Amino acid sequence: MHPIAPITLEIIVLILGVFLLLAESFSKDGNKNWMPETAIFVLAWVFAFSFFTPGNPSPLPETGFWHFYSADPTALFFKRIALLTTIVVLVMCLEYRSVVERFIPGETPGAGLGEFYSLPVFTCAGLMFMASAVDFLLIFVSLELVTISFYILVAYMRRNPASLEAGVKYLILGALSTGFLVYGITWIFGVTGETNLSQIAVKLPQLHGSEQALLFGLMLVMIGLGFKVAAAPFQLWVPDVYQGAPTPITAFLSVGSKAAGFIVLIRVLQPFLVLPTVSGKILSLVAILAALSLIYGNLAAMPQDNLKRLLAYSSIAHAGYILVAVASVSSEMANPGAANVAIGYYLAGYLLMTLLSFLVMIIVARHSRGDDIMHFNGLGKRSPFLAAGMLIAMLSLAGIPFTAGFMGKFLVFAAAVEQHHFFLVGIGIVTVAAGFYYYLRIVSAMYWQEPNDDTPITVGPLARLVITVLAVATIFFGIFPQPIIAALQPSQTAATPTVASVK
Amino acid sequence: MLNLLIFVPIIAALGILLGAPARKTALLAGLAEFVISLLALFSYDRAVGGFQFASQFPIIPSWDLKYYVAADGLSLVMLLLTGIVTFAAVCVTPKIERRENLFYACVLFITAGAAGAFASQDLFFFYGFHELALIPTFLLIGLWGSGERQAAAWKITIYLALGSFVLLIGLVDLYQALPADARTFDMVRLQQLAVAKVIPATAQARPFLFLLIGFGTLVSLFPFHSWAPTAYASAPTPAAMLHAGVLKKFGLYGLLRVAIPLLPEGAKHWADLLLILLVANILYVGLVTIAQRKLDLMLGYSSVMHMGYIFLGIASFNLIGLSGAALLMFAHGLSIAALFAIAGMIRERHLSLSFDSLGGLAKPMPFLGFAFGVAAFASIGLPGFANFASEVMVFFGAFKNGSAALGFSSFQLATIGALWGVVISAVYMLRAYKAVFLGEPDKAVVAGWTDPSASMRWPVILLLVTLLIAGFAPNYFLSYLKPTIEALLR
Repeated sequence: MHPIAPITLEIIVLILGVFLLLAESFSKDGNKNWMPETAIFVLAWVFAFSFFTPGNPSPLPETGFWHFYSADPTALFFKRIALLTTIVVLVMCLEYRSVVERFIPGETPGAGLGEFYSLPVFTCAGLMFMASAVDFLLIFVSLELVTISFYILVAYMRRNPASLEAGVKYLILGALSTGFLVYGITWIFGVTGETNLSQIAVKLPQLHGSEQALLFGLMLVMIGLGFKVAAAPFQLWVPDVYQGAPTPITAFLSVGSKAAGFIVLIRVLQPFLVLPTVSGKILSLVAILAALSLIYGNLAAMPQDNLKRLLAYSSIAHAGYILVAVASVSSEMANPGAANVAIGYYLAGYLLMTLLSFLVMIIVARHSRGDDIMHFNGLGKRSPFLAAGMLIAMLSLAGIPFTAGFMGKFLVFAAAVEQHHFFLVGIGIVTVAAGFYYYLRIVSAMYWQEPNDDTPITVGPLARLVITVLAVATIFFGIFPQPIIAALQPSQTAATPTVASVK
Repeated sequence: MLNLLIFVPIIAALGILLGAPARKTALLAGLAEFVISLLALFSYDRAVGGFQFASQFPIIPSWDLKYYVAADGLSLVMLLLTGIVTFAAVCVTPKIERRENLFYACVLFITAGAAGAFASQDLFFFYGFHELALIPTFLLIGLWGSGERQAAAWKITIYLALGSFVLLIGLVDLYQALPADARTFDMVRLQQLAVAKVIPATAQARPFLFLLIGFGTLVSLFPFHSWAPTAYASAPTPAAMLHAGVLKKFGLYGLLRVAIPLLPEGAKHWADLLLILLVANILYVGLVTIAQRKLDLMLGYSSVMHMGYIFLGIASFNLIGLSGAALLMFAHGLSIAALFAIAGMIRERHLSLSFDSLGGLAKPMPFLGFAFGVAAFASIGLPGFANFASEVMVFFGAFKNGSAALGFSSFQLATIGALWGVVISAVYMLRAYKAVFLGEPDKAVVAGWTDPSASMRWPVILLLVTLLIAGFAPNYFLSYLKPTIEALLR
């Protein structure tokens, strides 16, 4: 098998992005709806194509570029997450364009929208590279591609002070976190002399006496990644940036950025787990981050009245749940998959339910001129369809069985119980109940309250289709998780363990 | 057949949401539920025993997690309870003024959740189906409830979410207490594994505690009971009937089916704790019940209190006690559903159910007075009703757990304490009867009040007649329950 196959996906996405940028600058047409529509069409094909891409199980031994790049099942899985997120985000961008136009001056209505549609494609390419990166250099470069696109996108509505404020905050704290990341990478390089993760894994057991330096470097890397995945105590930027950014970008940040951050975290931690002296310390550090994120995210989400801000805090909380799974990565070689499956599944479920809630929110906010919880009052009457979509999203986020969100929590806590992290489980029990409270507040607003105004809300055909698909997928994968689990398991361990017969 | 019991209500609910005529569809689904559960009971082959009507579909093969429904005697009796109470609950629902379709869809989702929980023989689905009823309950109480409905809705939902999550951790812990090569979510298989004693005794205490707290919260075990009375008092009638009558039994069913047989050593380890809590359930909550001045709250507390007897039967861990507990679950479900139905009918006529504002209702409404009397006697445990037969078995079962040489065991002390509960429940039930139905009615209040129409009467009659049948012929039901219990005890 020629190894060129998997990377074709990224190349197509990059070509698409460049094409959109160029085509936009040469076109005079005011209506730019064709841009996201083309992008959605191409990305959907790339997504379909990804299922026929032969993934190679481990990084290739050759030197050169393939030294940096791996296309194992996990990488392919996260590429699909990136593609799917981008597709839905582009749909959201289409729905959101009237809001963006209001804050962008121009002669024709669609004048400033070109980059709003093409930058997400570049972000997508960056996310896909991150999924495959097995070398600190590629990790860093692809991370920057993602982050720099986000700097622009967050501040895109340039006549809106909130968006600008969000942009500045994100820029400063993002740059700071990048600084931590790079500094950490240099420490690890200094100790091991390698930037390649598999080479580091080879070198590690031979190092003696430099654990302190290694831990320091790894800690700095984790601070950098902590910013990306929005884990406490590196979460300070999240609420303001999420609330100020254009809503589709908020959705993109909370799903895409988080997913990419987590795959890098898994990959970076993997080589260090073989060293018992290092792995114990680093996993307890992860456990502390998980506990802090769970507590902070859930408690701070409870009093919020603005849905976007509430979802920002809830995204911190969900980072906490995933970190519980990361902390439960078993250091033994016996069953390395359980926690990784939990992380991947959780992110996939998180993608479905979060994008669903953001999409509904964009449509409702456009009609009600605001995204406070109050604006959802009586949605069950105004638009039963949107209310049902939001209901499914909220139930899944809260963790009601037969939704993807529940199955994710189930897998995460199964991994945690297996590793006897009862401290984290105890916190998890309390925070899940807190989550029920703030997610159900939206449900109660939609169904208990009377609507503020009775105008029915119209939903376009594309948005209707995407909402339906996301809602059905949330429930389908909540009942039948096997397709996702199978995609995450390395092929050699996919065989079912035998159940011993008992007489 | 079991799949029908689960999916008929779900499909009917979805149909109602998409525009089918709400009440007619719900009535039809309720009737179907009742008839199918009855048919299942009759077509179960008692000579063969074990699990019948099985069907399964793999979900996560590597974890041996699958959709698996099957029924033995215990499941069938619980499913029959679900069928009867659902049918009665839909029948006695008064006219719903707003958003009728959502109301009936919620009621049917609760039914589907209960039926699924009792029919599932896979821990994951057993758990999941029960949670399916959580959100419909939240919507029902918050939208159509009375009094402090929103506060009550929040309380029950958060409480039960917390309880179920503890339960989930317990189930996962139980799963992982199994040796790695024998892990399964299949409850039938787990039972076989329990017979082979594959879980070491030392590893049983922790999961059992999780399960006890989790299931206990769902059944309103003291001190996790405070969600129940307010929720039942505020809930619309069908929600109160289904929740107090059927859904709450899920926790007891879970202890009986999962916690006790699979973790017997864990159960022994925590037996004294359970005994203390259940005596508190009976005596403390019983006294609180006496102090209530409103009919709906009193019924809510009484349903909490009666859980104590069932806990006692379960804690006794012998054939007669467990069989009694299983029968009492059935009997209590019917009697509390009838009581809530009657309370709901009074509420339609008079918004306040406080004892001070009611009185002498037997005069304008002789039927309601009679029916309430019968249900109250059943609930106290008068001979002739299923409640009597099963409570006697529970007390015998619990008392048996002692030896003459060592003096009174903790079980016997608990039984002696629990016996006083019968007196307490007689006090509050008879007082309530007197306050509501006896005496001279206030002419201004009861003006124009008449008995409910026939279509509202006979769901109540159905519940009470079933209680009488089970009371006079408990052996018929025990012939279903006992083989199951024997299998669990092995």
